[in-house]
Amino acid sequence: MAAPLTRPAETPPPRPAPLTKRPARATGGPGARRGQRRAVALFTVPFFALFTAVTVLPMLYAAWMSLFREESSGLGFGGAERVFAGFGNFTEALGNEAFLRSFGHIAFYCALYIPAMVGGALILALLVDSAMARARRFFQIAYFLPHAVPGLIASLIWLYLYTPGLSPIIDVLDAFGAHWNFFGQDEAIYSVVNISAWQWTGYNMIIFYAGLQAVPREVLEAATVDGSGALRTALQVKVPMIRPTVVLTLLFTCVGAIQLFDAPKLVQLRANTMGEDWSPTMFIYTAAFKGHDYGLAAASSLILALVAGLLSFVVTKLGNRWKAS
Amino acid sequence: MSTQTATPDAPAAHEPGTRAAHRPSPPRRPRRTQGLTSKVAVNAVLAVVAVYTLMPLTWLFIAATKNYRDLFATNPFSLGDFHLLSNLEALFAYNDGLYGRWLLNSLLYTLVAAVLSTLVSVACGYAFDKYAFRGKEKLFGVVLVGVLIPSTVVQLPLYLMASQLGLVDTYWAVLIPSLVNPFGVYLARVFSEGYVPGEVLEAARVDGAGEIRTFTEVALPMLAPGFVTIFLFSFTANWNNFYGALMMLNDERLYPVNLGLFMWNQNVYQQPELYPLVIIGSLVAVVPLIVAFLCLQRFWRSGLTAGAVK
Repeated sequence: MAAPLTRPAETPPPRPAPLTKRPARATGGPGARRGQRRAVALFTVPFFALFTAVTVLPMLYAAWMSLFREESSGLGFGGAERVFAGFGNFTEALGNEAFLRSFGHIAFYCALYIPAMVGGALILALLVDSAMARARRFFQIAYFLPHAVPGLIASLIWLYLYTPGLSPIIDVLDAFGAHWNFFGQDEAIYSVVNISAWQWTGYNMIIFYAGLQAVPREVLEAATVDGSGALRTALQVKVPMIRPTVVLTLLFTCVGAIQLFDAPKLVQLRANTMGEDWSPTMFIYTAAFKGHDYGLAAASSLILALVAGLLSFVVTKLGNRWKAS
Repeated sequence: MSTQTATPDAPAAHEPGTRAAHRPSPPRRPRRTQGLTSKVAVNAVLAVVAVYTLMPLTWLFIAATKNYRDLFATNPFSLGDFHLLSNLEALFAYNDGLYGRWLLNSLLYTLVAAVLSTLVSVACGYAFDKYAFRGKEKLFGVVLVGVLIPSTVVQLPLYLMASQLGLVDTYWAVLIPSLVNPFGVYLARVFSEGYVPGEVLEAARVDGAGEIRTFTEVALPMLAPGFVTIFLFSFTANWNNFYGALMMLNDERLYPVNLGLFMWNQNVYQQPELYPLVIIGSLVAVVPLIVAFLCLQRFWRSGLTAGAVK
């Protein structure tokens, strides 16, 4: 593989380069190869330079920062002093009740949101894909539109739809004699889940639907000939064929869920019981900008990254096992 | 058999408490009538979900036409006096046209960043696909890990680094981080494999084109649909970037629209006259995007598929 790169470009090859696997390398002498080497550098360096600057270095910096603690001297006039803390910040984060509770909130959120959103998207895709659906284009566009709304603004709209006096939903519920407080202690999490589901169900439905359309028609016909009803075909033929798509969606959904910020931040503005450290990201933000405890915030960030990594790993592994079965 | 008894139940989970009344759940029927009822049931479910997805936007439209008094006094879905134009006027006049500045900032943070980041990603993905070089697959592994690193995890150290470099509260603080899109590199490689045949590049080289010209004049046009797809992904990611801007910016003249609206919304308790402004401001921020998405349908649709099915 590395042969054309390690070979000194100066030595003139007496004969044309031997035909290799890649046609791209078949013609041209060492000059062309040097050109290719330069091209690889030119094309990849911008990305990797930026990637290093805004992802790799910050991660390393977070690791470094997490080992120190700021200790203010006296009344704080002398400025803060940096003290080596070892793993102190990590033990502090892991012992911090609010931080642990924020992961509990996310776990509960995932338990509600992931089945509702992924299941809902899958069912909608199957319904639109079924022979019985009409106006397919309209439904697809209608479902996708929420995704065109920026996350923060979507949360803002729903915040107003949750506000008594502004909310048509509350009016309708009241008309039926059902009272629902969107900002209540127990209800707030449903309000957050609803905002996420509103934004993402249609988006994923489109992805699933595209996957379903790629299922070969012969396979479906064969299933029908074998006497399989619409539901059986959907569950036993169609869904297994888009498994990789579903697994990928689960993966991205998990990575997204763990960094939840916009929706709970806005709901929290009205739901007094939620607290400013409701989600892990909110905890980090509050620790850094309200508490000015950068060491704790950095350690919490790394723990969050670790959890996200573990979660991705588990989802991928489970996905592979599911694929294999 | 019981096709429609099972399926309509699940979407009810979306919106606890409100959906049950609509649930069309026909019991088992003899086969002949089932065809008809299930068609009605399927489309009823689809329509109810469409109402769910469209209702908030409809509300936003109607609310944006009301003044502060009507907003609270009238029924949410009935029209009050028509104040859309005066609301718009107020929006763009408030605070010396601050909102207009936010719109321009958003345009800068999203369009410029999306074009540049797409170019960077496409070039990199193309190189991964079309060239052999040492440590290629390992480097690509780094890209894939990059896809999975939660962006919010990087934000805090990024902020502290930016503050040491004196970049906090500048356009660069928001712009530079948006230029990196590992998922774009992954997609670009997939697209390059699919759209750019090696033989064509070879022909260009035989004709004497250098590598850079081969890329810009032969490969890039072939990658155009992929370019648009990656651009759209990157555009939405930047448009959604709220957390980064919240950390990096204090000067309200540098805010993107969403951060600006968030700050206004924080003040509505003290200044209730901001309510209509937040609502009309949200509408103005949302409409161009919806229009753009409707126009670019073909691209996002093919793009989503490319990203998902591969």
